[in-house]
Amino acid sequence: MEIEKIDQIIDRHNGEASNLLQIMLDIQKENNWLSKQALARVSEKLSVPLTRIQHIATFYKAFSLVPKGRHKVHICVGTACHVRGATRILDTVEDATGIKPGETDLDLKFSLETVNCLGCCALGPVMEVDGKVHGKMSPVKTARTLKIYE
Amino acid sequence: MGDIQFEIDGKTVTADQGMTVLEAAQKEGIYIPTLCHHEKLEPFGGCRLCIVEVEDRGWTKYVVSCVFPAANGIIVRTRSEKVDRLRKTIIELLMAHAPDAPDLLKLAREYGADPDRYERDPSFCIHCGLCVRYCAEVAGKHAVGFVDRGINKEISFVPEIAAKECNDCKECFPLCPTSYLQAAFVYTQALSFPDAVKTGQSAGK
Repeated sequence: MEIEKIDQIIDRHNGEASNLLQIMLDIQKENNWLSKQALARVSEKLSVPLTRIQHIATFYKAFSLVPKGRHKVHICVGTACHVRGATRILDTVEDATGIKPGETDLDLKFSLETVNCLGCCALGPVMEVDGKVHGKMSPVKTARTLKIYE
Repeated sequence: MGDIQFEIDGKTVTADQGMTVLEAAQKEGIYIPTLCHHEKLEPFGGCRLCIVEVEDRGWTKYVVSCVFPAANGIIVRTRSEKVDRLRKTIIELLMAHAPDAPDLLKLAREYGADPDRYERDPSFCIHCGLCVRYCAEVAGKHAVGFVDRGINKEISFVPEIAAKECNDCKECFPLCPTSYLQAAFVYTQALSFPDAVKTGQSAGK
């Protein structure tokens, strides 16, 4: 991510240290991850120590210190989805993308995570891609759904 | 000066506005065990060992004295059956992380704590935050900080800053109640700036 873009985001928040979290969230949103250079720049511009930024970046799950894929795939493995076969859905996604939960594939297409409940158990097993919920999944349907995303 | 009056272990003590119970006790020479307190640093409340019994308007409660502000008319007991029991458990929990820390071994003998009560998970860091806070508040270098949270929380040096600042400072080393800080530093050094080790050694000789 270019320095200018980071500076723009910082300026949008008036360069105030109290807006640190929002600035970090905006960088995360724009870039999909927080690079060391980006964090160093934020630290320099806001005069907030890097140790503090590092602590915050590792504390919240919303932040990632490694590049994330363009599409975020969440597989629900909560109780309801689990008994309805979430593990088979997860296996299908792992086979199709070649990654395990918590990982990102090499061309930064997909990032895979498991979640413990998406709050729509009646639709189980549930897969969520970029915030869109796909319910009542079967392995075949899962493979087909993943093909939509580029 | 001394506008707050209260009682610690039957002794009347005075404290200034904003002082904590632990500070008032130490001023009077009353001993309360602690691992995360340092007079130059802000109160932190990390190790919980300085837990005491406070009686306020007839109510008894258990508070951590290093972050509990002194107040008029409270009665503090630094040792009681329950306080000792709480401290014993805290020591046992800390010892699961740092079984060989000298301070903990001493406290374990005093409170009859069993070092093997909890399954050992030697991370060697007890998260007292002394190094992190000293580096930020006194040294002003911010070379070491906490990362992650909960059971995965650990201290971590920022290699770029550590390479510049740490070799000439190392003031945090004697503060660490275990030896984890030194280990973490040597680890960072070996990974990120091994050249400094060589030049440091030749300069030392």
